[in-house]
Amino acid sequence: MWQALYDNLEQTVAVILFGIGFTILLLQRNLIRKIIGLNIMSTATYLFLASMGYIQGRKAPIVTDGVTDLAAYINPIPAGLVLTGIVVSVSFTGIMLALTVRLYRRYRTLDIDQIALLAKGEDMA
Amino acid sequence: MTLARNFPFFSILVCLVGSVVTSVLKPRAAKALTIIIAGVVLVLSAFTLRYALALESAEPFMMGHFPAPWGNELRIGRLEALMATGISAVLFITLLAGFYHMPAFVSEKKLGLYCIMVDLAMCAILVMLYTNDLFTAYVFIEIMTIASCALVIVRQNGHTLVAATRYMIMNLLASGLVLLGISMLYGITGHLLMEPLGRSVRHIVETGQYMEPLTVVIALITAGLAIKSAMFPFHAWAPDTYAFAPPMSSAILSGLIGKAYIFLLIKFFYRVIGLDVIVGTNVDSVLFVCGVSGMLMGSVLAISQRDIRRMVAYSSVSQIGYIYMGLGMGTEAGVAAALFQMLAHAAAKSLLFLSTNELVSVSGDRKRFHYLHGAGYRNPVAGVVFTVGAMSLVGIPFTGGFIAKLNLATAGMPMGGWMRALVLIALAISTLLNAVYYLHTVVSLYRRAPAEIDYPPSHRVPRHAAAALVISMLLTVYLGLGSGPIMRVIEAGLKMFA
Amino acid sequence: MSKRRSDWEQRPQARFLRWMRDGYGALDDQITTSISQPAAPRPDQEAMEAHDILVGTHRHERELALDRLAHYDLQNWANTRGRKVLGRLYAVLALLLGLILIYFLLNTVAFMPRFASADVPANNEVIARYVEKGLEETGAINIVAGMILDYRAFDTLGESTVLFIAACAVLILLRIDLDDHGQPMQQLIAEESDDRHYEPKNDRILQGSAMVLTPIILLFGIYVLFNGHLGPGGGFSGGAILSSGLILYLNAFGFQKAGRFFTYKIFMWVSFFSLGFYGVAKAYSFYMGANGLHSGIPLGTPGAILSSGLIMPLNIAVGLVVACTMYIFYALFRKGGL
Repeated sequence: MWQALYDNLEQTVAVILFGIGFTILLLQRNLIRKIIGLNIMSTATYLFLASMGYIQGRKAPIVTDGVTDLAAYINPIPAGLVLTGIVVSVSFTGIMLALTVRLYRRYRTLDIDQIALLAKGEDMA
Repeated sequence: MTLARNFPFFSILVCLVGSVVTSVLKPRAAKALTIIIAGVVLVLSAFTLRYALALESAEPFMMGHFPAPWGNELRIGRLEALMATGISAVLFITLLAGFYHMPAFVSEKKLGLYCIMVDLAMCAILVMLYTNDLFTAYVFIEIMTIASCALVIVRQNGHTLVAATRYMIMNLLASGLVLLGISMLYGITGHLLMEPLGRSVRHIVETGQYMEPLTVVIALITAGLAIKSAMFPFHAWAPDTYAFAPPMSSAILSGLIGKAYIFLLIKFFYRVIGLDVIVGTNVDSVLFVCGVSGMLMGSVLAISQRDIRRMVAYSSVSQIGYIYMGLGMGTEAGVAAALFQMLAHAAAKSLLFLSTNELVSVSGDRKRFHYLHGAGYRNPVAGVVFTVGAMSLVGIPFTGGFIAKLNLATAGMPMGGWMRALVLIALAISTLLNAVYYLHTVVSLYRRAPAEIDYPPSHRVPRHAAAALVISMLLTVYLGLGSGPIMRVIEAGLKMFA
Repeated sequence: MSKRRSDWEQRPQARFLRWMRDGYGALDDQITTSISQPAAPRPDQEAMEAHDILVGTHRHERELALDRLAHYDLQNWANTRGRKVLGRLYAVLALLLGLILIYFLLNTVAFMPRFASADVPANNEVIARYVEKGLEETGAINIVAGMILDYRAFDTLGESTVLFIAACAVLILLRIDLDDHGQPMQQLIAEESDDRHYEPKNDRILQGSAMVLTPIILLFGIYVLFNGHLGPGGGFSGGAILSSGLILYLNAFGFQKAGRFFTYKIFMWVSFFSLGFYGVAKAYSFYMGANGLHSGIPLGTPGAILSSGLIMPLNIAVGLVVACTMYIFYALFRKGGL
C-alpha cells in the first residue's frame, strides 16, 4: 500500500490536504480561518482532479504543428473541470468574506460561537 | 408534437435569461416578471408532462450538436416531468401568496436582487430534475447553494446572518465532499454523463477492480447530498435557517430545494450506480436508520419548542426523515413512496410556512404560542389553511400526507423481519408525536385570546394571496383524494428512470 | 448603597429575583392569595373575568421571567467550565473525524488508477474524439477551449451564472443603499465610511507605476481574451487579468477618477448584455443541435483570429462578466458600492 501511495503521490498529498482543510472548516471558531480551510479544501480537490489528467511524455492539449494524434496530448477534460471549480471557489470565498464583514460590523468579533451567543442574547432582551 | 420535447430546455432558459433581465429592472417590475416566469414554467412543465406520458422510454435531449458521451444532455421521462410540474406548481403558488408581505422583511432596494435569486433557484431545480450529466449537476448544485443562502440573507438582522453563516458552512463542507466524489468517479470510469457512467460502474462491479474507490465515492456523494437536504445527524442548520429566514424563503428552501437534492440522489442511485449495488454496499441501511431517527428526533424536538416557526422547522426535519426511510428500504416501492412523500411534503410545507407568517403578523409579530391564541379568528383564511396543512403532516385521511404514510407502510410490508416491524412502529410513533404538537397548535389557534395583550387591527389579506393559499390547500386535498394516477405515473416513471 | 424606588417590590426585577430565590411556588402563591381576597362567596361574572386577567397577566410575566432566566443562564454558561469542556470535546471529535476521513481517503487513493500512466479508464473514447476531431468539429486550436465552450457548453453557462449570482449575493450583503436624500441607509464603522482611511492620497510611486502598468495589463488581458481559442487563455483568465488592471487603477487613483469610465450602470449593463448574449447564443446552438438542425455558424480556418464559430464571442462575453464581477467584488468590499 505504501508503494501505491507513493506512486500516486499527488493524489495522496491532495487527499491529506483535503482532510486538513475539511477539519479546519469544521473545527476552527475564527471565521477567517474557516475561510482559509475552505480554500485549502478546494485547492486540494483541484490538485486531485488535475493530477488525473497528466500522462507522462505528452504535451498540453493545444494543437501544435497540426498534430491531432491522441498519443500526443494529455487528457483535456480535468483541465476544464478544474476551471469550473476554481470559479466556484472564488465565488464562495467572496460570499463568505462578505458575511464575515457584515458580522464583524455588527458584533465586533470574529468568533462564530461568541457571535451566536450575542445573537441569542439579542433575541431574549 | 415534437415542439414539446424542447419545453424542459425552454423552461430552464426562461428562468436563466429572466434572471439576467431582472437585474436591470426596477423592483416592482422584477416582482411581476418573477411571478410571470413561474407561471410560464408551470405551463411548460404541464405540457412536458402531457408529452412524457405518451413516451415509451425516456428521451434524451442533446444540449448542442454532439451526442451522449461527448456533449451534455438532458433526459425527459415521466418521473422528471411529474416532479417538475409539481414543484413548479408549488413554487408559483408560493410566489403568489408570499410576495405581498416581503416588504416587511426585505428593503425595497434589495427586492430586485431577491427576485434574481428566486429565478436562479428555480432554474437550478429544473436542471437538477432533468440533467443527465453529473458535472452539470454539480455546477447547478453550487448555483442552488448560493441562491438558497442569498434567499436567507436578504433579511438582514443579526440572527439571520448567523443562521445563514452556519448554513453556508455546512453547505460548503457538503459541496467539497460531492466534488471529491465526482472527481474520484471520473478517475475510475472516465465518464461524466450518467448512462455511460452506469455502464462503467457495472463493468467495475463485475470485474471487481476498483470496488474500494467506488464504495468511497458512493459514501462521499451520499453524505454530501444528505447534509444539504437536512438528513438527521446533519440537520443542525435547518431549524435556525428556516425560522429566521423570510417566510417565502423558508417555504422555497424546505419545500422545494431540499427535494431537488434528494431527487438528484435518487437519480445517482438509479442511473449511475444501480439500486442493486447500493443495497449490496449497505448504504441504504444507513439511510434507513438515519431516516427513522430523523422522524422520531425531529418530532421530539418539535414538541419542546415554544416558537411556532421553529416548531414548523423541526417538523420539516421529521418529514425529510420519512423520505429517507422510504429511500433506505432499497426497493422500488420504497423509492416510489419516498417520491410521493416528497410531493406531499412540498405542497403542505409551503402552505404551513406562509399561513404561519399570516398568523404571526396578525398577532403583532410575536411568535410565541402564548400570543397566538385566537389567531384563527383574527385571520380565518390562514387559520383554515394552517389546519389543513397540519392535518396533512399528521396524516389525517383526505390529505396528501395520509396517502404518503400509507404508501410508506405498504412499501414496508414485504420486507422481512425487523425492518418491517421498525417501519410500522416508527410510523405509528411519529404520527402520534406529530399529532401532539400540531393539534396542540391548531387548538391554541382557536382559543380565546388573552385580554391583556392588545393586538394591532388585522389587515385584510389581498385577494390573490388568499386565493393562492386556498389553491395550495386544495392541492394537498387533491393529493389525498386523487393520488392513484399520480402513484401510477411515479411507478411507471421509475421503471424508465434507470 | 443601592437606591431603591418606592415601588420596588412590584417591579418585574424584584419579582424575578423573588421567583429565582423561591422558585415556582412563590408566583403561584401570589396568584392564589390575591384571588382568594374577594368577599363574594360565589364568584360572579366580574370576579371570574378578573381572575382570568390576573392568571393571564401572571402567565405573561412568567413567560418574560423564563426568558430572563434563560438569558442569565446563557451569559454565565459561556464562562463556565461546562462550556470549556464542551469546547474541548468538540475539538477532539472534529479532529478525530478529520483523521478518520484522511485515513479512508488514503485507503482509496491506494487503489486508484496509477498517476501519469496512459492505461487508465479516463483515457477512453471520449477524449479520443475531443483530441482527434476537436479541431475540425469546433475549429479551436486550444482543445480545452473547444471542449468547455462547444462540447460541454452548458457547464460553462452554469459557471458564468455562478459568478453572476455570487456578485448579486455580495451586492445584497455589502451594498450601501442611499435613500431618497442621498444618505446611507446602513450603519458603517468609522474606518469604512471614509474609504481612504488607511491610505495616503495621491501616492506618487503608486500612481507613477500604475500609469505605466495599467495599459500594459489591460492590453495583455485583451490579448489573452481574444486568443483563447488559439492558445492558452480564454474567458476566465483574460477576464481576471482585465479586472486586475482595473483594480490597480482604482487603487492608485481613487473612486472618482475610476468612476469616469466605470460606473454602476456600466457594470449592470455590461453584465446584462454579456450574459444575455451568452444565453441567447447558446440557446440557439442547443436548440439547433437538439433538433438535428444545422446551426449555420461558420467555423473559419483554424489558426485565424476569426475562427471556431461562437467560441471567440463567447470567450469575450465570459471575460467581460468575470472582469465586472471581480471589480464589483473589490469595490463592494472597499466602499460598499461604486
